[in-house]
Amino acid sequence: MNEDYILEMRNITKEFPSVKALDNVNFKVKRGEIHCLVGENGAGKSTLMKVLSGVWKYGTYTGDIVYNGQVQQFRSIADSEAKGIAIIYQELALFPELSVYENIFLGHEIMNGHAIDWNETIVKSKEYLDKVRLSVDPSAKVKTLNTGKQQLVEIAKALSKNCNLLIFDEPTSSLNEDDSQNLLNIMRELKAQGITCIMISHKLREVTAIADTITVLRDGSTICSLDAKTDDISESNIIKNMVGRTIDDIYPKRLEKNISDVIFEVRNLSAEDRATGRQILKNVSFNVHKGEIIGLQGLMGAGRTECALAVFGNPYKYKITSGEVFMNGEKVNFKNPKQAIKNGLAYVSEDRKGNGLVLIQDVKYNTTISNLDELIRFVSIDGNKEIGTAEGYKKEMNIKTPTVATKINTLSGGNQQKVQISKWLFSHPKVLILDEPTRGIDVGAKYEIYTIMNSLVKQGMSIIMISSELPEVLGMSDRLYVMSEGQITGELPIEEATEEKVMAMAINA
Amino acid sequence: MSSKTDVLTKGAILTGSRGRGIPDSDYESSNILNEVVSLVKDNAASYMMYFALIVIMLVFQVWTEGKFFTAQNISNLFNQAAYVAVLAIGMTIILILRHIDLSCGYVAGLSGAVAAILMEKMGMNVWMSMFIVLAMGLAIGLYQGALVTKIGIPAFITTLAGMFIFRGLLTRSLAGTGTIIVTDPTFKAMCQGFIPDFPNNNTGVHIVTMIIAVIAVVIFNAFKIRSRMNREKYGFPVASLPIFIAGKVVVSAVILFAAWMLAINKGIPISACIVAVILGAYAFMLSKTKLGRHIYGIGGNDQAAELSGVDVKKVTMFAFCSMSVLAAIAGFLYTSRLSSATPTAGLAFEMDAIASSYIGGTAVSGGVGKVTNAIIGTFVIMSLTNGMNLMSIDISYQYIVKGIIFIIAVAFDVKSKKK
Repeated sequence: MNEDYILEMRNITKEFPSVKALDNVNFKVKRGEIHCLVGENGAGKSTLMKVLSGVWKYGTYTGDIVYNGQVQQFRSIADSEAKGIAIIYQELALFPELSVYENIFLGHEIMNGHAIDWNETIVKSKEYLDKVRLSVDPSAKVKTLNTGKQQLVEIAKALSKNCNLLIFDEPTSSLNEDDSQNLLNIMRELKAQGITCIMISHKLREVTAIADTITVLRDGSTICSLDAKTDDISESNIIKNMVGRTIDDIYPKRLEKNISDVIFEVRNLSAEDRATGRQILKNVSFNVHKGEIIGLQGLMGAGRTECALAVFGNPYKYKITSGEVFMNGEKVNFKNPKQAIKNGLAYVSEDRKGNGLVLIQDVKYNTTISNLDELIRFVSIDGNKEIGTAEGYKKEMNIKTPTVATKINTLSGGNQQKVQISKWLFSHPKVLILDEPTRGIDVGAKYEIYTIMNSLVKQGMSIIMISSELPEVLGMSDRLYVMSEGQITGELPIEEATEEKVMAMAINA
Repeated sequence: MSSKTDVLTKGAILTGSRGRGIPDSDYESSNILNEVVSLVKDNAASYMMYFALIVIMLVFQVWTEGKFFTAQNISNLFNQAAYVAVLAIGMTIILILRHIDLSCGYVAGLSGAVAAILMEKMGMNVWMSMFIVLAMGLAIGLYQGALVTKIGIPAFITTLAGMFIFRGLLTRSLAGTGTIIVTDPTFKAMCQGFIPDFPNNNTGVHIVTMIIAVIAVVIFNAFKIRSRMNREKYGFPVASLPIFIAGKVVVSAVILFAAWMLAINKGIPISACIVAVILGAYAFMLSKTKLGRHIYGIGGNDQAAELSGVDVKKVTMFAFCSMSVLAAIAGFLYTSRLSSATPTAGLAFEMDAIASSYIGGTAVSGGVGKVTNAIIGTFVIMSLTNGMNLMSIDISYQYIVKGIIFIIAVAFDVKSKKK
């Protein structure tokens, strides 16, 4: 059978300094189909699409991109767009202060001599808005439209560039049910007009409803490509292919567990984002016992980090609409991180460089910043005690650094993470929140961090571990909660947790 | 540019410290030379200001036919630089936090005017007057700090508005009287007086000044030696011994030379003592206290600082209050030096202060900066003013020259950070 493929990606391998993101991936898309790409966080979906669109330019990967029968060498997004490939990103790439028509034609303005022909622009933009069934005034500012409509504007923009391969990266993740259905219908209509769509999605119900072909990626490799007509595309089969791993011995065992009373509890926490009014947490309740590690699993954007920050003094000022927090049975209300820290809470950030460490400072500075009070003698900081403290953690955590006076940005990711954990241990917390503690660090350092976690709970500390990595959560937790779209969708004792069960909870909402 | 700087700075360090008289084996001297080269390369930006200062001073010494390094002029330079130095100390903290204060010049001008009115027109006691004006400075700081932290208006806008307001208030406050002559001897002594000497000293040299200088040198070197021993104990990198000694000898010599120039005149100016006290307090605060750590933390990464339990708003508030109170003190010093409060006081003060701080190595991207280096920056800027005044160069050219020196210094800093 001679099938017409609009796109073939052959043996694509893409390596980053510490990790192989794509390993010999093969990905074939038929002309005029809707092709869904699924996989866990970190499976390589976004990297693959970045290779396709020229974000990772030709030469930084190996393998061939064959598009419309020709091998392509994209060096930028502009290159791929010129050939008719457009990505609709998760974070919308529109200019909120500009009008709909200005946005649609931004970068390929309709010219009349050396000036922009605005009348023609408005007329044309209406044409494209009709194609995506969006009936808004083209001169309305984009910021006045809701997210669903903004997404349609983005599709209109792609169509105006004569794109015939559209890539949707998690298009419905920030849409409500109606808008999601509407978007899927638009995709079906585009397909009828002969436009090929690739959709990355975690929402398997939508995937099975719309896909002609489903390709599953796992750990940077293609696992399978399922044809909707002939293969089993049930959600359970897809999940099995997405996870399908066994947990080996990379998780140190805790021999004796000493779990006692509830020390920290959150009840019915709901919160909204002030800027957008979007609900980020809905009635979240969970608790952690003394000496226990709980896992907070979920896909990216499920609201786990927001949940942690909301209880950790709410530094980003979410609007808390309901909920109570208890520490040692007493109701608490932390107004800022400072109070939370004083009361025994600590938060190891998922974003080491963004809001975890002060990169231009040295190891000892970063180790001690959360608890300088302990180093004060009379009114000043005792330099010797500061160095002593940093040296102590350097030894205890096995931090590889020439000295504690070394600038932290010269350390490897794993060692930076150990400094970040040291900083929080020095504040002597009762409850330690670890947000993606092993993201972007190598296997050896991971094992060390797991060992540290075990020794901390042995000493009576409690740990809340937020992680997208399923095996890690299953390997380390005593109990786990699963979050999806701002809600807790399940609680499982570790004995009952399987990858399939957890993934089903994380995806369904 | 950079290789030329290397060679010249190298020369300055070697000749200034070791001289040519100490014989070294070829091996050892080339080793030391290598270290000097790498030291200069690694710290090019921080040596830049010393280099600039020395070159500027020497050039003026030649061009003014020896009028620059006279006892009278050095003493004058200290008095001239005092108000800018005080502003630069406050500005450095603001800049480390990645804010800016454009209003501090006119806050200084207004403060001088109000103090003069209180003393001369209302007959108030000098200390009471200064206390009231300091309180006014604090109030201004609270007002601008609140706009920045509570309402969230960028500091550039807040203080630009402040610049308008305080300039207007300054003009208004002197509208009826014009320039007010200040007669109070205590107030005038601040930027015209000198520390007392032993009675019956007929040597022609101010003995107390030299004693203070010697004590300062001893304390300075004791601290540096102790800190070096400490670093060695913990295995932190230290400069090799000859270079360490050379550096300390140079600094000690500069202190003693400056003190000698002052001693053969009338001694240490009181303004220099005021600056030294403020400088000492702020340097201690920045390097040794929790507040200082928090300032560097916010400047380096405000989100990380906030999540580490730093009260970002409170610290920012402190910075604006400290800036305005220091501006009030700068206003006293300026008014004291001129013995009068004028409506033009305050014009472009903030420009000198900001330039001083950046020339002194405060990072354009925030998070890095030292008040001691800001004072070196002040001396760079004020040596230019002083030298060009000695040469009777028109003010228009003075601005152009200062601007060029300033942008070269910052360009150098930005470029060396990119490496």
